[in-house]
Amino acid sequence: MSTLLTLFSGIAIAAGVVFFLAGTVALLRFPDPLSRLHALTKADSLGLGLIVLGLLPWAGGWFAALKLILVWLLVLLAGATATQLIAERLRGEDPPP
Amino acid sequence: MTLLLDLILGLAVVGVAVWTLAVRENFPAVIGFVAYGLLLALVWVRLGAVDVALTEAALGAGATGVILLFAVVRLRGGRAEIDAATPGPRQRLAAGILCGVVGLALAVAVLSLPDPAPSQAAAVARHLPELGVANPITGVLMAYRGLDTLLEAVVLVFAVLAIWSMAPDRRWGAVPGPVFPVQSNGPLSLLARLLPPIGIVVGIYIAWVGADAPGGKFQGGTILAAMGILAWVAGLWRLPPVASRGLRWAVVAGPLAFIGVGLLGFVFADGFLSYPPAIAKPLILLIEAAMTLSVAAALVLMVAGPPEGRRA
Repeated sequence: MSTLLTLFSGIAIAAGVVFFLAGTVALLRFPDPLSRLHALTKADSLGLGLIVLGLLPWAGGWFAALKLILVWLLVLLAGATATQLIAERLRGEDPPP
Repeated sequence: MTLLLDLILGLAVVGVAVWTLAVRENFPAVIGFVAYGLLLALVWVRLGAVDVALTEAALGAGATGVILLFAVVRLRGGRAEIDAATPGPRQRLAAGILCGVVGLALAVAVLSLPDPAPSQAAAVARHLPELGVANPITGVLMAYRGLDTLLEAVVLVFAVLAIWSMAPDRRWGAVPGPVFPVQSNGPLSLLARLLPPIGIVVGIYIAWVGADAPGGKFQGGTILAAMGILAWVAGLWRLPPVASRGLRWAVVAGPLAFIGVGLLGFVFADGFLSYPPAIAKPLILLIEAAMTLSVAAALVLMVAGPPEGRRA
C-alpha cells in the first residue's frame, strides 16, 4: 500500500513539476503577453494541483489535507482573477485582430 | 541534497536582490522586491523561523509591495520630481559602501559567534508557562522584549501620521487615497466578494493562533488589511474620512491598550510592561486583539495614502 502511495505521489508531483517547468520555459519563450499568460495559468492551476494531489497522502491527517486543498483553491481563485485582469487591460490597449 | 537546495535558494535571493537594485524602471524593481521578499520567506522557513517567514511574506513582500506599487502609479508623469529626489552617483556610492561595510560586519559577527552561541532560550522556556503562551516567539515579543514590540506598534501610528501630514490643507479631513469606481461585475468584483469572508477568518485565526503556534498580530492584521484593500480597490468598500473618530480609534487602539496594560504593571506587578502572572494570558490576548485591529487599519491607511478626495 505504502509503495503504491509513494509511486502515486511521485508520478503526481513529477507531472506537476513538468507543468511548472513548461510554464516557466513558455513564460520566457512565448512571443506575446496573452500566450505567456496562458502558459502561466497552466503552471499555477494544473501544476500546483498535481503537486498538492501528490502531497495529500503525506499531509498527516484529514485536516492538513483539507488545508492543502484550500490553499490550491485560493491560488486558483487569485491566479485566475489576476490573469483575467491583466488580459482585460491588454485587450483594452491593443484589440486582438 | 538539502545543502544544494539551500545553496540555490541563497544564490537566488542574492541574485534577485542584485537584479532589483540594477533594474532601471520602477515597476520591475517593485516586482523584483516582492519576489525577493517571498524567497527570503523561504529562507526563514529553511532556518526554522516560521514566525519570521510569515511576517516577511505578509509585511515584507505583501504589504510593502502593495505600498510600493501604489507609489509607482503615483510617480507616473513625475519625471522631474523623481530626478530631483534621486541621489547623485557620489551619494549612491557612499550608501553602497556603507551597506557593504555593515553587511560585512554582520557576517563577521555571525561567523565569529562561539558555538554554542550564548542564549537565554532555556531560561525563557522555563518561564513560558507563567505567561500561558505556548509559542515562545510570542512569549518573548510580549513579555521579554515587550518594549520593542510596543515601539513597533507606536511606529505604525507615526507612519500613518506622517502620510496624513502630506495632505494639502484643503483636503484635510477628507477620504484618504483615490476613490475607485464600483466594480459591479468582472473578475475583480468576484474576487473582492469571494475572498474577504475567507481572508477575514484566516486573518483572525492567524492572530489568535499566535499564542500557541507561528502567527500573531502583525501577520493576521496584514491579511485583514489585504482584504480591506481588495474591497476598497473594487469599489465595494469606502474608506472612512481621516476626520472619522472611529478610524482614529482603530489606529491607536493597539498602542493604547499596550501602554495601558504596561502602566498597570506599575500598580499590579513589578513595573512597566510587567504582567501579573494570574491574568497574564488575558492581558496578552487583549493587547494582541487591539493590535491586530490597529495593524490592519494602519496598513490600509498606509496603502491609501494622504487624504485626496472631497471633504466629507
